[in-house]
Amino acid sequence: MKRPEDYVNKSVMDMPFSGIRKFFDIASEMDDVISLGVGEPDFDTPWPIRERAIYTLEKGRTVYTSNAGLMELRSEICKYIKRTLDVDYSPKDQVLVTVGGSEAVDAAMRTVVGPGDEVLVVEPSYVCYKPCVTLAGGTPVVVNTTAEYDFRLQPHQILEKITDKTKAIIACYPNNPTGAVMEYENWAKIAQALKDKDILIISDEIYSELTYGGKKHCSPVQFPELRDKTILVNGFSKSFAMTGWRLGFAMGPAPIIKQMTKVHQYVIMCAPTISQRAAVEGLRSCEDEVAKMRKQYEMRRRVMRQGFLDMGLECFEALGAFYLFPCIKSTGMTSEEFCTKLLFEEKVAVVPGTAFGDAGEGFIRCSYAYSIDDIKKALARIASFVKKISKKE
Amino acid sequence: MKKDILEILENDSRKTVDEIALMLGKPAADVAAAIAEMEADNVICGYSTLINWESIKDDLVTAMIEVKVTPKRDMGFEHIARRIYGFSEVKSVFLMSGGYDLLVMIEGKNLKEVSTFVSTKLSALDSVLSTATHFVLKRYKEHGVIFDKSTESDERMIVSP
Repeated sequence: MKRPEDYVNKSVMDMPFSGIRKFFDIASEMDDVISLGVGEPDFDTPWPIRERAIYTLEKGRTVYTSNAGLMELRSEICKYIKRTLDVDYSPKDQVLVTVGGSEAVDAAMRTVVGPGDEVLVVEPSYVCYKPCVTLAGGTPVVVNTTAEYDFRLQPHQILEKITDKTKAIIACYPNNPTGAVMEYENWAKIAQALKDKDILIISDEIYSELTYGGKKHCSPVQFPELRDKTILVNGFSKSFAMTGWRLGFAMGPAPIIKQMTKVHQYVIMCAPTISQRAAVEGLRSCEDEVAKMRKQYEMRRRVMRQGFLDMGLECFEALGAFYLFPCIKSTGMTSEEFCTKLLFEEKVAVVPGTAFGDAGEGFIRCSYAYSIDDIKKALARIASFVKKISKKE
Repeated sequence: MKKDILEILENDSRKTVDEIALMLGKPAADVAAAIAEMEADNVICGYSTLINWESIKDDLVTAMIEVKVTPKRDMGFEHIARRIYGFSEVKSVFLMSGGYDLLVMIEGKNLKEVSTFVSTKLSALDSVLSTATHFVLKRYKEHGVIFDKSTESDERMIVSP
């Protein structure tokens, strides 16, 4: 007789749980934990967006939308991308509204990747890319970025991993967990390296609104030579503080978006209607609110980075998302050890860099999606921990 | 930089020069100089604390009074506004467009105290033609701050990807 688990598909059975899960399980059992471990904004969704959702409910406008999403929303998304990246997309056939950026990544993988295909996954990175490649039947091939280049992707790092099976590359900038950004000249080098190669780029730009130090977000779609081989993934979770609304989108060449829409149609039908209507309001009227949140993050980023530098930890100046990625190698501990001890001894939850790939060893991810007061409290505890362990040595 | 400093101080006037400098990534000396300059120029007019008095005192009454006045020749509304804001009971005075001229905010210990002020001080002024007094029943939000914090809690999971 088969046991229940014997029915489970082997590739799913073999897939590891996210490295974050273990930490979550421990930390959530403890009292008085100060967390810097959260990957979502602390701000409430701007009121005009919530108000629009309430109105939508009141009016009973809760039926399915078209598979690709409300035309009204797709148009606003295209205008938004034109405004921010100065790139034209057609709302008719180049946009797909998805259930968060995650579904867009999954749909892109399933649409593009098949058995035998290799997909380059730029790490450290958000945890879903490798599993999505595997579920699509492909083989993930890790491309490690390094602190030497502030975790910005370099052409040679890609080129040495390319084989004749390489179908696509997926990268996320501004990056979770490092906070690294890719500026124009960084993408220009990648564009140069990839322009003659038949490799599709899946560019996860979910943190695009969160760049600092006067840097504007830059996307591979801004390079004409990459434009037709890039699937841009973005969404409302981080920029508009709408994580729980589950709303994202993919943009790209019409023939690819058309096929992705098929996958989306059979699996999802359409993204939540209430979220879609609310997001229209967000794109139309909440630019100021987004700017206000960005300003707050920017100030917290400076406070937190100075805190780590004062402790004597190396911490490169991360100019995006809401994460810092300080290096803890000087303590002689592994990321996992450091985070576990910090949690038990000082009750501060941060995430080991290794949860985001082997390239994260020696680093910890600290989120600054917290008030400055909370950040200062956490920093004080981390500082006392670092002092304590360096005395022991 | 000045605007950024003001936004920080407006939100929390207890922030120190060093903290502000760190938040803005500017030298502390520059921040201190900018604050001193804005204090001298009366851009920063004072540092006060936003208090929800209702939560600890049950004998506080606030009234908004619509006042119609006759402006003085050559002086416009300035003259009468000055006569009104001189009283310590008066917390705010605004010149308004629309159905009346001045909006005067008054605080007192009880209804009687406020109405006595209106009848004996405010209405008695030469230029005042009429008043309409509205008492505040409850404050929900003031200076951008919502007083009811009961719905505030961090519902986020403690660790998430």
